[in-house]
Amino acid sequence: MLEGISTSLVDWSRAQFALTAMYHWIFVPLTLGLGIIIAIMETLYVKTGNPEWKRITKFWMTLFGINFAIGVATGIILEFEFGTNWSNYSWFVGDIFGAPLAIEGILAFFMESTFIAIMFFGWNKVSKGFHLTATWLTAIGANLSALWILVANGWMQKPVGMVFNPETARMEMTSFWEVLFSPMAVHKFLHTTSSSFVLAAIFVIGVSSWYILKGRDIVFARKSIVVSSIFGFLAIIYTVFTGDSSARDIAHHQPMKFAAFEGLYNGSEGAGLVALGLFSENSTDPNNQNLKDFAVKIEIPNILSYMAFLNWNAFVPGINDLINGNEKYGVLSADEKIARGKLAIEKLKAFKEAKKAGNVVAADSLKTQIMSPEFQNNNFKYFGYGYIADKNTLVPSVAFSFYSFHIMVVLGMYFIFFFLFALYYTLKGKIHKKRKFLKIAIWTIPLAYIASQAGWVLAEVGRQPWIIQDLMPTIAAVTKISVGAVQVTFWLFAIIFTTLLIAEIKIMMRQIKIGSKTEGGTN
Amino acid sequence: MFESLSLLSLQQYWWLIVSLLGALFVFLMFVQGGETLFLAIAKNEEEKSLLVNTLGRKWEFTFTTLVTFGGAFFASFPLFYATSFGGAYWVWFAILISFVIQAVSFEFRKKPANFLGAKTYEIFLFINGLLGPLLVGTAVGTFFNGAMFSLDDMKHVTWGTEFRGLEAVLTFHNLALGLAVVFLSRVLGLLYFMNSIDNEVIYERSKRQLLYNTIPFLVFFLYFVIALLFKDGFAYNPTSGEISIESYKYLHNLLAIPVNTLMLLIGVVGVLWGIGTTILKGGTKGIWFAGGGTVLTVWALLILAAFNNTSFYPSIFEMQSSLTIENASSSKFTLVAMSYVSLFVPFVLGYIWYAWKSMNNEKISTKELEQEHHVY
Repeated sequence: MLEGISTSLVDWSRAQFALTAMYHWIFVPLTLGLGIIIAIMETLYVKTGNPEWKRITKFWMTLFGINFAIGVATGIILEFEFGTNWSNYSWFVGDIFGAPLAIEGILAFFMESTFIAIMFFGWNKVSKGFHLTATWLTAIGANLSALWILVANGWMQKPVGMVFNPETARMEMTSFWEVLFSPMAVHKFLHTTSSSFVLAAIFVIGVSSWYILKGRDIVFARKSIVVSSIFGFLAIIYTVFTGDSSARDIAHHQPMKFAAFEGLYNGSEGAGLVALGLFSENSTDPNNQNLKDFAVKIEIPNILSYMAFLNWNAFVPGINDLINGNEKYGVLSADEKIARGKLAIEKLKAFKEAKKAGNVVAADSLKTQIMSPEFQNNNFKYFGYGYIADKNTLVPSVAFSFYSFHIMVVLGMYFIFFFLFALYYTLKGKIHKKRKFLKIAIWTIPLAYIASQAGWVLAEVGRQPWIIQDLMPTIAAVTKISVGAVQVTFWLFAIIFTTLLIAEIKIMMRQIKIGSKTEGGTN
Repeated sequence: MFESLSLLSLQQYWWLIVSLLGALFVFLMFVQGGETLFLAIAKNEEEKSLLVNTLGRKWEFTFTTLVTFGGAFFASFPLFYATSFGGAYWVWFAILISFVIQAVSFEFRKKPANFLGAKTYEIFLFINGLLGPLLVGTAVGTFFNGAMFSLDDMKHVTWGTEFRGLEAVLTFHNLALGLAVVFLSRVLGLLYFMNSIDNEVIYERSKRQLLYNTIPFLVFFLYFVIALLFKDGFAYNPTSGEISIESYKYLHNLLAIPVNTLMLLIGVVGVLWGIGTTILKGGTKGIWFAGGGTVLTVWALLILAAFNNTSFYPSIFEMQSSLTIENASSSKFTLVAMSYVSLFVPFVLGYIWYAWKSMNNEKISTKELEQEHHVY
């Protein structure tokens, strides 16, 4: 079935998706968060009637517009890339995965694009109240778009609400609500949006700090900091909680990802959490360079068990347990799962052949077998394992997963303190005097972007080799096309997106230098 | 309520929705048409700025409609999505890239320190304005003329040529549709300028250009339609699922679905009426007739491509792989669930209409732009 699919094709297709997704994700979090911050600012304008708030709103709106355009530009590729580069995936799960994408378009994108026009061009054309509503609807529309694509992503991490149909050789939806309200999807949405609010709040505080340090636009900058430090503080607290829930989801449904991002090779009861660690060059298994040993690590006992299962002494399986199996704790070995998956694939093939040969009796009997709850639970659940040739490929890059997780968490902790200080200084009314903090605030902007990207690296690299957890590995999902074609489009996008990114950053910087005075004036 | 419909009715319902989105998209490509007219209509910066801003306030609708069209197609006919996008790789990427460079161009063009310079962004807009309609039109042509794919048991797609879809341009019937769409989008762009810009000179120049673009549009469009009536089509047998060639298939479809034929005729008359009255009598309402007519015409053509047991995406590489609304659709459950979502569509169209109206009350003029906060 997979003849002619080379690992290099899979790697290049993945690289292209990673490239486009990561570029897209540079712009989206700012759109999600800044949209809400602007809406809050405009609400303050409408409530107080103070034109200063209008000026502030308009300034941030200008930056929003620049960022939004490039977010849209990078986003369209992603949607169609499921078809162009992952066409087997698109058919296999299109029945489930397509729906959220369509709803995203119908309910969210139109809301966003209709009201953004009023937000930008409606100041003199519609009433104050209507304009404010449009600004809020733009922000809500943007966040709703995130909801649907994250529901789709959550489903890939933990497929629910579907059944396999041997007739069509694909997964089919059986419960829309199960897909929508899957805890994996809900937590992912909440964690992604709240962390985006954090990023946007840091962006506003950082840029405003620059003004104060330059001794200009002080009132404007201080007001902006008030709004975003309160908003950011609430958001980071929420981000921590939703992150915690997400980690628990992973422990339950993607134990390999969990073990990898913790660098846990051998599972144990009362497992400790590696708070910080560095890998050495040596690996724990001479035959597998992926399983690097720690050079140094700071470990806190029992925390990992609690984090994963809310029980200080629970057993957390390690990578070796998941590969070799652990009978005591009922963990199946990879070999066993591969055998079960192979059987599922063979049965399906036999069914297809019987069908082709017109052997109705045999086909019906095979179908009944495939659809029986027992077979579904014991074999079909491991369908994707049937494609796995080397069980070591079941382990994602440990170093990548570990570092991206820890960078995200450490920065997240730092942001809590950052917002605490921002809030404290603001409430005391002396933030403009804290030059050191203001300098730190500027340098915190890139850190927010790094944390945000690290989160996605963890989510997507950590689940390899799966495109759909346990059901479909990336190698079975990719479009059969020449590697050269994918390389061409990869470099094409790399060049286009990098060029546009440079343009965006230059334009942003210039607009920030110009400041709020000329843009919008005092009208 | 949707549960009681048969699978076939749901498939047809979703084809109607997806086609309607496609038809709206073709109408909204007046933005693309407009993007190719800066040189012909604007003789100075001020005039160019009027054109750019007029289109700049609408480009996102077109873009969003394209994205939604893609999403809706994916959800309702995933096999088409997988086959066409995965197969005709180069065509779709060429289309997409032209939209990527468009998305930033309005916003970045006049901003200081924009790295590439205003001229480059205008070239981006021109490329999008030309390639977008041309390739979309040509790709839709393959709905009638077929494409070079085959599908295996697991529905994995293989493409017959290394050109990956670009070979569609070599079939003149496809290309004729592409060119018809190019000139139609320019015609619509001109009518939209005449409708929403308060400037005598631009109005007069647009009116003159209207004639020059209508003639090639008519030539290519009429050629496409007439050739369509005489050509063979890909019919399928609903019981066996087998695909076969049927002479005069599309003519048969026209006769079999008179409502659709009527819609097609009203659509074409609408387009001609919109253009004709504007050329002969002037006025600013042409866009509404021509735009509405475009929607009806394209909608009817897409229905013609798929209803009455017709393959909407035939394969000329391995005929039995051809796609129909029956073999390419989602499951009944998904179509039902999606149908409930579709009930929101009138509501969405309603607020778009309301927002559009409240924004277009005042015509765009140099004076209006001076007062505006956000200018492209």
